[in-house]
Amino acid sequence: MSDFVSEFWNFYVVGIVLASVIACGVVLWSQSKVKAAPAGKVETTGHVWDETLEEYNNPLPRWWMWLFYITVVFALVYLVLYPGLGRFQGILGWSSVGQYKTEVQKADAQYGPIYDKFAKMPLNEVAANKEAMEMGKRLFLTYCMQCHGSDARGSKGFPNLTDADWQWGGEPETIQTTIAEGRMGMMPAYGGQPDVIGGEAGAKEVANYVRSLSGLSHDSALAAKGKEKFDKVCVACHGPEGKGMNALGAPNLTDKVWLYGSSEATIVETITKGRANRMPAWKEFLGDAKVHILAAYVMSLSGKAGEQQK
Amino acid sequence: MSETQTTYNYKVVRQFAIMAVIWGIVGMAVGVFIAAQLVWPDLTYGIPWLSYGRLRPLHTNAVIFAFGGSALFATSYYVVQRTSHVRLFSDGLAAFTFWGWQVVILLAAVSLPLGFTSGKEYAELEWPIDILITLVWVAYAVVFFGTIAKRTISHIYVANWFYGAFIIAVALLHIVNSAEIPVSLTKSYSAYAGVQDAMVQWWYGHNAVGFFLTAGFLGMMYYFVPKQAERPVYSYRLSVVHFWALIFTYMWAGPHHLHYTALPDWTQSVGMIFSLILLAPSWGGMINGIMTLSGAWHKLRDDPILKFLVTSLSFYGMSTFEGPMMSVKTVNALSHYTDWTVGHVHSGALGWVAMVSIGSIYYLIPRMFGRKEMFSIKLITVHFWLATIGVVLYIASLWISGVMQGLMWRAVNADGTLTYSFVEAVKSSYPFWAIRFIGGLLFLGGMFVMLFNVLKTASGNKAVEAPVLAPAAHHA
Repeated sequence: MSDFVSEFWNFYVVGIVLASVIACGVVLWSQSKVKAAPAGKVETTGHVWDETLEEYNNPLPRWWMWLFYITVVFALVYLVLYPGLGRFQGILGWSSVGQYKTEVQKADAQYGPIYDKFAKMPLNEVAANKEAMEMGKRLFLTYCMQCHGSDARGSKGFPNLTDADWQWGGEPETIQTTIAEGRMGMMPAYGGQPDVIGGEAGAKEVANYVRSLSGLSHDSALAAKGKEKFDKVCVACHGPEGKGMNALGAPNLTDKVWLYGSSEATIVETITKGRANRMPAWKEFLGDAKVHILAAYVMSLSGKAGEQQK
Repeated sequence: MSETQTTYNYKVVRQFAIMAVIWGIVGMAVGVFIAAQLVWPDLTYGIPWLSYGRLRPLHTNAVIFAFGGSALFATSYYVVQRTSHVRLFSDGLAAFTFWGWQVVILLAAVSLPLGFTSGKEYAELEWPIDILITLVWVAYAVVFFGTIAKRTISHIYVANWFYGAFIIAVALLHIVNSAEIPVSLTKSYSAYAGVQDAMVQWWYGHNAVGFFLTAGFLGMMYYFVPKQAERPVYSYRLSVVHFWALIFTYMWAGPHHLHYTALPDWTQSVGMIFSLILLAPSWGGMINGIMTLSGAWHKLRDDPILKFLVTSLSFYGMSTFEGPMMSVKTVNALSHYTDWTVGHVHSGALGWVAMVSIGSIYYLIPRMFGRKEMFSIKLITVHFWLATIGVVLYIASLWISGVMQGLMWRAVNADGTLTYSFVEAVKSSYPFWAIRFIGGLLFLGGMFVMLFNVLKTASGNKAVEAPVLAPAAHHA
């Protein structure tokens, strides 16, 4: 336990907690010895404020006094059983980390076999299995929909999983790797390097060229200038034809799929400010068996393996 | 009595009492508005300074510090003068607290919608405003304790213990929690980091409930309940025990806001046990208030001010039972992050804090304008029922939606996946959010009835100041 930087604080906590709980009991005890006066014989304290304010001196209601004592005793018992007195863990040995581990173990034992039976099955077969796909959908709705949406169509910055476009590759094993290990997508920011791309104006030229690649309206004069820059700089990742490179996660610029948007202004922003994107790694958290089913489910979404299911 | 007879300073009491009504309407209106945003999320689509995230802190600051704060200033200044039998220690400083506090509120109303925030719940205001709050609070303490010091009666009345504890504790909480490093006029960063920051935040946050919203209002209760019921306080002995136990124990309860987080286990346990111990001291206040009515129960039938005061104590008792239960880890595992918490807060905030303030202000206003009673007693009754039905709708709907959310979030399928996605729980909450909106609307409607009644009571009457009374001779 590293909660305390020195032994002093351990004793300080033990002392002050015990003293405080006991002090509550002592205050109560000191005032609870007075019994109820014979009926109708209660007297005020004799002080009068603001003409009429007076105080009776009734004894503490017994039920209230016992309620108070019970909570004090409960507190002391709790401190013996559970962590609370500094470093002392309590005789039950409970800890929140321990409770978490126990619950996860129990869940793994209970649910693990349900997933394990598909672990050895090739992804194509898993994707064709109705039971597995129902589980895949439930997993997707629990862990993936926060970013990719409940319909898996994604949104700005989060890829649509239902189309046939794959930034990192659409092979079954690649999809599984993407889910298991995560991905870091990185478009460098060229705004701060005017000699490379020519600042905002240069970015506009490149943007027009990029729009021309996928057949969007563009200014051909700007696009021509943009092509020169593209061939020097962008080509490294996006390739000479702008078809991208799966190994780097560099998107294909010639299709109609735009992760951040296709307007000239958005593309200029992408070029000048760059983009950083991250798919989290799920292997540690979900385990291989669930990742396997999820990969098959994601494959089925793009219609590649889904035909057999109907 | 001679011509030079000094009077109580009613001016500052009157100012704060009227502003309490106005800020109550403003703060609750913002609350109703953001409740509507939950039902109709596109209500103000695209206008950043009307977005939920910016208006929610405006709502909490306005109802706690503008409405609740003004009610506390008004009643504490009234009570400390009348039960010390002297005029306020300093009229100038008292006026400074009034205008200073109003400036703080206006700055909050501008800076929060603009998005300036220190990001600390219930302490969102940026550092220049924090400094102004500190100055006002020190002035408040000087006026209050100065008045106590020059009292002409030997014993200090119980209401003043509670007001005094509230003033001292809030000073401590504000200074420790708001320790921050400014980087510009409108941005600062907390002096604490990580889980320590969270712990300081909730030490502050829960004691804001304990001292601002409980101790201060118990002070109010201890004056206005016996005055309105015309009965002696039930038990001096009980008030001693529950006062010391309450102010001592509240300081420990903050960690229950951080159950099952990175906060060390021992801290969570300590927070939980002291929250449970807090049950009896809290109920001590409720018992002392309600039992003060014994022998005068019949007055409840036709005195709507007393109805407000006694109902507020019932809600206080209910909330302070619910709170310790929710601090138990097993219960908290279900209730945390759900609407149940929001409902719990409002059974305290609307049921207890607002209702005891409303009752007390109905007592004060006629006295501030030299009248025997409010313009219309009937309208107080109307207000009482609007408020009561509003609170009940509000908390009952959020109990249901809160428990429902908790159960939906933890429900799992046969394969261990979640049965419901988050948005399904949101969708299922809509009907209850609509009922909560209606409950809030009723409560706000009651405040408008109050404003009308207050204006009618004030109009045509001169503001008055009552002469300082000599303490009654001692019996003994």
